[in-house]
Amino acid sequence: MDRYMEKAAVRSQTRIADGIFSLWLETPKIASLAAAGQFVNVYCNEQSRLLPRPISICETDADGGLIRLVYRVAGKGTAEFSKLGTGDTIDVLGPLGNGFIAASGIPEEGARLMLIGGGIGIPPMLGLAASLFSMRAESSTGSGIKSPRPDIVLGYRDEVFLDDDMAVFGDVYIATEDGSKGTKGTVLDAIKENAIRPDIIYACGPSPMLRAIKEYAVKHGIKAWLSLEERMACGVGACLGCVVRTERTDEHSNVRNRRVCADGPVFEATEVII
Amino acid sequence: MKLDVELAGVRLKNPVMTASGTFGSGMEYAGMIDLNRLGAVVTKGVSSVPWAGNPVPRVAETASGMLNAIGLQNPGIDVFCGRDIPFLRQYDTKIIVNVCGHTEDEYLEVVERLADEPVDMLEINISCPNVKEGGIAFGTDPMAVERITAAIKKKARQPVIMKLSPNVTDITQIAKAAEAGGADVLSLINTLTGMKIDIERRRFVLANRTGGLSGPAIHPVAVRMVYQVTHAVKIPVIGMGGIVTAEDAIEFLLAGAAAVSVGTATFRHPDAAIRVADGIEEYMERHGIESVSQIRLEEE
Repeated sequence: MDRYMEKAAVRSQTRIADGIFSLWLETPKIASLAAAGQFVNVYCNEQSRLLPRPISICETDADGGLIRLVYRVAGKGTAEFSKLGTGDTIDVLGPLGNGFIAASGIPEEGARLMLIGGGIGIPPMLGLAASLFSMRAESSTGSGIKSPRPDIVLGYRDEVFLDDDMAVFGDVYIATEDGSKGTKGTVLDAIKENAIRPDIIYACGPSPMLRAIKEYAVKHGIKAWLSLEERMACGVGACLGCVVRTERTDEHSNVRNRRVCADGPVFEATEVII
Repeated sequence: MKLDVELAGVRLKNPVMTASGTFGSGMEYAGMIDLNRLGAVVTKGVSSVPWAGNPVPRVAETASGMLNAIGLQNPGIDVFCGRDIPFLRQYDTKIIVNVCGHTEDEYLEVVERLADEPVDMLEINISCPNVKEGGIAFGTDPMAVERITAAIKKKARQPVIMKLSPNVTDITQIAKAAEAGGADVLSLINTLTGMKIDIERRRFVLANRTGGLSGPAIHPVAVRMVYQVTHAVKIPVIGMGGIVTAEDAIEFLLAGAAAVSVGTATFRHPDAAIRVADGIEEYMERHGIESVSQIRLEEE
């Protein structure tokens, strides 16, 4: 598996919502390989913070050699990242993990796709929406996919972000916990309210949301691909820090554990115990 | 100038190896770094049967370090022999297999299974703080250490390294017990038991509550213990604990270690062990030192 450590220069950084930052990095090698749903290890310049921060890739500009990370300031490491300005550099390793389409395979012809993102799980869904958009555009040449315009369901606590970016690639439905925009409640409330009927679900978000989506998918016989989050150390599958319990014995571990960083982060919902 | 070192009759091309548990069996790093550049790969601990390890969260960052409570998850010796050893044999580096168990019999089962395998040395983990039985339970009692070392030496076909815990009152007693049991080499230190609490959620950060502290935070403690042990026993010592740079490693060599292991730093710099080896070579050149064993402290 090809992955690269690059000293990335910051192209630009903007704050797009309270505590949420959008960072474009110059990482030509990573950008040339990255797929939606993969992530990168971002290393702090402050050396007392030893472990990388795993951050999902939001968008890729392969021609421009850029990746976009949208992340939430959750502690000292991400606070350090939020202070980076144009021209500053930072070590980045990637691309890491499997990605959505590598996990699910090419969706079958005509399948109705639903993308669900919750909170800071929304950024990788933008990358997937953009990839699916290109794949649908290529469907006439035979290399892409034939499916209707996807439904995109986004859940927020209050302040929304990336919803305009998403609208280019699909029909967007919003749920907010405080009811300030869209459906008041969860992404599942928005799905019910808008009577969306998918054949395949792709989702990333907090654990309670993923658990609810798994339950919904199982009940309705829908195949769901979930991108999981777990505390990581190495990010490349060596330390076994970030495992998820699985229904069956895994070939690599020889126990019922899979590595979120290396075997995931995207898993089929019924495969994992979440 | 020679960078190679000899440990219990095994010649390593340089004195830098990976520390157990931080490098798997090298597969995950092979695409990023050249494994041929390493003195040895010390594998993650392997037991007689597969171990599932602890619940998550298993890792947490701390100031200049990290806590882990993986719980020695491993696929068991059969998968290990069929997959990991053949993988490592492709490279020009020595293979040191870290062995763990809950009981003396479990350790012996793995040691016997490895007798006819093409591995260079065994490192016996009697110091893991994250499993309830075995591991550290053996490593904190001098009588138990001598007994299990002797039992393993009777069965082992490869030289035996006993890996010691720092979570003891006097590490030299444990070191002497391992030497008395017939250990060929000692390695130290394993992690220091620690704890981290999330003050907002008012919960333990690790599911296991406690974990092993590693990284630069423990380096001075490790250097002190290596110094104490190398002056208490005659067998060679592999020094480890918080090495990030060649300077950190050279402190261990000056404290009396014959070789060093790089662990947690690999999570920050995948090529950390290679950088350390290069840095030791540069240091030797700069000081006109001919061999690694001549890196010695000026005693007052």
